[in-house]
Amino acid sequence: MHKYILKRILMLIPVIFGVSLLVFCIMNVASGDVTAVMGAEELDAQQLYELKESLGLNDPLLVRYVKYMWNLITKGDLGTGYISKEPVMSLFLNRFPNTLKLALGSTLVCVILSIPLGIYSAVHHGSIADNVAMVGALLGLSIPNFWLGLVLIVIFALRLGWLPSEGAVGFKSIILPAITIGTGFMASMTRVTRSSMLDVIRSDYLRTARAKGAPERQVIYKHALKNALIPIITSIGETFATALGGAVVTEAVFSWPGVGRLIIDSIRSRDTMVVVGCIIMKTIVISVILLIVDILYAFVDPRIKSHYARARKAKIDE
Amino acid sequence: MNKEYVLEIEDLTVEYVVEGEVTQAVTDLNLKVEAGTTVGLVGETGAGKTTTALAALRLVPDPPGTIRSGRILVCGQDIMKLSQKQLYNVRGQDISMIFQDPMTSLNPVETVGDQITESIMLHEKLKRPQAWEKALEMLELVGIPRTRAMEYPHQFSGGMRQRVVIAIALACNPKMLIADEPTTALDVTIQAQVLDMMKKLRDQFNMGMILITHDLGIVAEICDEVAVMYAGRIVEMGTLDEVFNHTRHPYTEGLFNSLPNIKNREAKLQPIPGLMPDPTDLPVGCAFAPRCRYATEACKAAQPAAHHFSDTHFAACTAYEDPSFRIERSKDRE
Repeated sequence: MHKYILKRILMLIPVIFGVSLLVFCIMNVASGDVTAVMGAEELDAQQLYELKESLGLNDPLLVRYVKYMWNLITKGDLGTGYISKEPVMSLFLNRFPNTLKLALGSTLVCVILSIPLGIYSAVHHGSIADNVAMVGALLGLSIPNFWLGLVLIVIFALRLGWLPSEGAVGFKSIILPAITIGTGFMASMTRVTRSSMLDVIRSDYLRTARAKGAPERQVIYKHALKNALIPIITSIGETFATALGGAVVTEAVFSWPGVGRLIIDSIRSRDTMVVVGCIIMKTIVISVILLIVDILYAFVDPRIKSHYARARKAKIDE
Repeated sequence: MNKEYVLEIEDLTVEYVVEGEVTQAVTDLNLKVEAGTTVGLVGETGAGKTTTALAALRLVPDPPGTIRSGRILVCGQDIMKLSQKQLYNVRGQDISMIFQDPMTSLNPVETVGDQITESIMLHEKLKRPQAWEKALEMLELVGIPRTRAMEYPHQFSGGMRQRVVIAIALACNPKMLIADEPTTALDVTIQAQVLDMMKKLRDQFNMGMILITHDLGIVAEICDEVAVMYAGRIVEMGTLDEVFNHTRHPYTEGLFNSLPNIKNREAKLQPIPGLMPDPTDLPVGCAFAPRCRYATEACKAAQPAAHHFSDTHFAACTAYEDPSFRIERSKDRE
């Protein structure tokens, strides 16, 4: 088991290098010359050279990349923003807790709504309620987040005045953005829950459980759900990772001071270093979450756990 | 003599409705099982054996299945009239079932000990530690060391898993046990062990038992009575001796003829020609008539009536309207 975890951690390294190389090159090539927005027209050639030198822009791209990664690995340094003049790492760390809170909140909303809905749909497979639930889940996906966010603000913030419409102060302020993002993920998680429940719901061991006199509720929630859990956990992990990575629009609508908005603002001001740094950090965080999901499998399904144990034993026997 | 029946099935009819098409799985079936005895339910795949068993626990999957009519008494209680809650109490405690495939009938993510414990805790007012202790005793009873209780089903072989399934079924000392092809998925050597154990446990707990199988050898081994099913009906029923040695129904004869003969290795197998009729479109008359070598026009016209040869032995065959009729197999013996 430990060996498996170690192997998975080692596999993260090429992923992180690959993503960072891609992001670094694309952002540096695509975002154009940052000096253009720093008043380059008014500088002569010598001054421009010095400005570029001070930003470290005169080296070839690959050399800059290697330097960049070297600083990241040895010092945890993501460079300094061209425009903001602040260390990218501290900019990121300032904003990240907010993004994390919002991602947790929206995943929670999604789980609370989707899993019971998916189970209900599977148990009442083919009924009208099943179809209504599926359409409802699809609706959650189809409604654009920016629109839903605005509607929620109009209803709950402006008309009823129950909840704040912007900012990240206190528990109340997270409710509306979390609902906005969470419902967007509902469609896929509900469907995953429903289909994996349907896979196990006709299985022989559920019949065994019924034959021993287990009440239907126990059959569904204890025996069936536990067996259907692996795809559901995957879905939860993916939802959480996506929520961490892609809440840009919703963060903008609710003026949520998260990493998404930092990235958008930095793209606008061509602060390439901030964009690159934030994306690389997000990659690392998301990879770690997916790793945790993989490890969780083993705790849910004893067959997976003993598979690793057997593989290790086989190695020792050799 | 006043007999104690633990299971009485009267006029049971079960149908499956799939996309508007009605499949007659079981028709007008009557069956009684006495405490301490075993009834063998024999027949081809699709004859309605498993459906009959599931109906006895009211476990016929609905939809698509419905129990159209009939009365099912488990230890005197009409289970068609019980509430869901009462039904949960009957299942596992009064009547239990062992399923065909031990590889799939255990929950893969729970330890075997937990699965037995669950059964005990559902029916007996025991705290978890006591229930766990009893589960360990059950494991030992079926010949599995108690140290293996913490293991998961995938760590057991097929025969061991079937023992666990039996331990679950017997955990609350049911008065009636239905075993649906309990040994079909097992090796022959393991079959004998499992059958032996079931026989022993039946006597120990004085259970009534229905053994569903298509293996006549197993029937001869442990059954007291035999019911032969064909296309949803019992076509012949009697004591083991009556059905095996005084066979009356042409279908039963066909079953015996299609067994390899160990004493005469030269003899060719005589399979029953044709296939079972389509259960969505059963004939008006005897369902076996199209495959029966004794069939006459009368067979196709109406359902055959039951002809009784003794208090316990009957066959549903029109040919016995003629008192002198005998099937080939019986002629040899008489």
